[in-house]
Amino acid sequence: MSNVDQIIAGSGELCPEHLIPILQEIQAKEGFVSQAAMTKVADAIGIPESRVYGVATFYNQFRFAPQGRHVIEVCRGTACHVKQSLKLAQHLQRKLSLKPSGNSPDNKFTVITVACLGACSIAPVIKLDGEFYGHLDVDKLDRLLDGVAEGVSHAG
Amino acid sequence: MRASQLIAPCCDRCTHRPGSPCRDLINCLAQGPICHQDEACAKARRDLLAKVRRGGEGTLIFVGAGTCGRANGSTKVLARIGEFLTQHAIAAQIIEVGCIGYCQRELFVDVQRDGGPRLAYADINPGNIDQLLDEVFGKNNPRNSFLYGRHGDAGPAWADVPEINTTDFFRQQVKVVLRNAGVIDPSSLDAALAVGAFRSAARALCTMTPEEVCNEVLASGLRGRGGAGFPTGQKWNIARQTPRAQKYLICNADEGDPGAFMDRAVLESDPFFVIEGMLIAAYAIGASKGYIYCRAEYPLAIERLTQAIAQCRRVGLLGNNILGSLFSFDIVIKQGAGAFVCGEETAILASIEGGRGMPRSRPPYPAIAGLHGKPTVLNNVETLANIPVIIERGAAYFQSLGLDQAAGTKVFALSGTVRNTGLVEVPVGTKLRTIVEDIGGGALPGHRIKAVQMGGPSGGCVPSAYFDTATDYGTLIQLGAMMGSGGMVVMDERTCMVDVARYFMEFIRNESCGKCTPCREGTTRMLEILTSITERPVGDEDKRLERMRGVLHIEELAATVKEASMCGLGQTAANPVLSTLRYFRSEYEAHVIEKLCPAEQCQGLAVYEVDNATCIGCLICKKSCPSNAIVGERKQAHYIVVDRCTGCGTCVTACPKHSIHRVQEERACV
Repeated sequence: MSNVDQIIAGSGELCPEHLIPILQEIQAKEGFVSQAAMTKVADAIGIPESRVYGVATFYNQFRFAPQGRHVIEVCRGTACHVKQSLKLAQHLQRKLSLKPSGNSPDNKFTVITVACLGACSIAPVIKLDGEFYGHLDVDKLDRLLDGVAEGVSHAG
Repeated sequence: MRASQLIAPCCDRCTHRPGSPCRDLINCLAQGPICHQDEACAKARRDLLAKVRRGGEGTLIFVGAGTCGRANGSTKVLARIGEFLTQHAIAAQIIEVGCIGYCQRELFVDVQRDGGPRLAYADINPGNIDQLLDEVFGKNNPRNSFLYGRHGDAGPAWADVPEINTTDFFRQQVKVVLRNAGVIDPSSLDAALAVGAFRSAARALCTMTPEEVCNEVLASGLRGRGGAGFPTGQKWNIARQTPRAQKYLICNADEGDPGAFMDRAVLESDPFFVIEGMLIAAYAIGASKGYIYCRAEYPLAIERLTQAIAQCRRVGLLGNNILGSLFSFDIVIKQGAGAFVCGEETAILASIEGGRGMPRSRPPYPAIAGLHGKPTVLNNVETLANIPVIIERGAAYFQSLGLDQAAGTKVFALSGTVRNTGLVEVPVGTKLRTIVEDIGGGALPGHRIKAVQMGGPSGGCVPSAYFDTATDYGTLIQLGAMMGSGGMVVMDERTCMVDVARYFMEFIRNESCGKCTPCREGTTRMLEILTSITERPVGDEDKRLERMRGVLHIEELAATVKEASMCGLGQTAANPVLSTLRYFRSEYEAHVIEKLCPAEQCQGLAVYEVDNATCIGCLICKKSCPSNAIVGERKQAHYIVVDRCTGCGTCVTACPKHSIHRVQEERACV
């Protein structure tokens, strides 16, 4: 039984209210929401596939392609913007030669820009594999990425 | 999950059980036992309460481990403290607390030894935690260079150490919502009960009618802290008076404003007070089911809330027949999925129902027909966290907290180019200057503060000339800004106001749900205009004309979007443009007419030039240029083709001889 089937089976009786939580659970397990998964969810809840697709694409959280091994979320909130987060985003874009999907060609990294991570006091901030890193500049970011590339634990 | 020690029965005579709850349960914790007379039971209760209030027995080490604490390395610091204690065989308890609000000086590590005061040490990181531990435990030197202050009164022996609330950052703050943040253990119900949690809920549920609760909140003058500022008591009364069997309460924790993080800090540092506020609100309107709609970007807040709700359920503070009042209420957490528009109340409803988070037109207001068509009250986290204080200390006290006509306090998230960043809770009506200069410490060395952006994408920029303005709802709106949810981003002369307006417009354009045309099309067009101003019109005559025409029309366009949009997002979308146009028109003119950005921020307007005298022809800049705009041979001076240059500035950082400079005069129209 696939992850998706398990999640659907484990959710008990389904109604449209469960749609977003189920999609979130699928994404948490699989890293993204596939077309097949959306079809299954639509069948299980008893709503048209178009509705599932409509909801999934409305929210920024959902991704529709597999993610790289390391996920970098670059905060583009106001405080980060004022403290030059655009430069960080552009630097990542260039350094990792990101494709339009946000993945690097070797699928090692996925870079996502997010509206605000809510850690404005340590701007500019990024989240790398769930860990926050604040007060960054291009050099610190480079060191952080080098650390990841070498597989050592992230610099504090 | 930890069991509650405080709620455990003192002896066989205690009749409280979750199935048959005692009405005096909460009062019994401090004054008990109430149902029987027994000095031994009373003493045991007092001792236990004192112990829990202190945080535990023996040596205690408190580590600030909110999201910003974690970003500053709290996980490593916690691990290191654990290792140190084991290595040196020191018996001490480590307690994770939330955020005390002074993010600039994070991490805060507090140490409290037997008989001594709780001392706060600031600026701790994984690199210097060993040094701190060595000073405190090895050399027995509590007054070391990391010492920031002490918590509470500690007698003459510690008079030389400042009380934490008398230090510069905290002196002018009035802590109501944040009173326990960074002080108590947010994962422990007992810690919250020991500082008075659920006393107000017990009072409301057991001794007041819903009408009395609504009226008390109405009399307090509390207005919604989420942005719109609607009187909370009035909203509750509408829902209370709507006769339906099923009603809902929703706590709006979808703090999507970039630049705001108050709600996150409150949920992470003191979740029980929000739950208590929800319990009182639900009782007042007659709701049996509550939702907390929290951003998925706040995993720690969700984790702490989940724990807190489970603990409350276990001891009967949520569930059926709470505290014997026959009132039943339970809370479900809904994770937002990343849509700014879901901060709008009707959009939240659509999102909880499982649809696209699109607002609908009002009326009917959610208080009459909301979630699943039932009366629904939506309150922001900070609003709900104020409720217990109003019930406990009365409407008059809350009213007296604010300055002039305003009531209560407001938490602001201070960030940007200011010395002290963090959370600041001040009376509503406090002058901006107090917040930015006194508490925030003013500009960074060598810089000058230009403006403060308030209220996120819906708000506006207040220039420094208006810093003597009071931060209350009405005054800010007159200035073209708004209280908003409380984000306060300080900007200095290095920030370009046109770029800020463009940044917000890009944000709103991306977040517009697309339902109504004025917002969907209007924001797109405004963004086009702003983008064209911040770029050089290279080689194209039409483009040059377009820039001029765009500026002529942007004010009219902004007014139309404001008037014709359906929800708050569109109605306020133009505010950043209008307020920057109002106060910083000269910057717009410089961009449009002189084609230069006074703050040197707009990349699209940057023109770079290689200094022929110092260029050694090393080819490094040529290789680094992402748009192949640099021409030159080895050992010969390079030059930049302005038409190809995007102004990214990569070459400036790459040049080993610092030969590339930004040209600050108009010469772009080649």
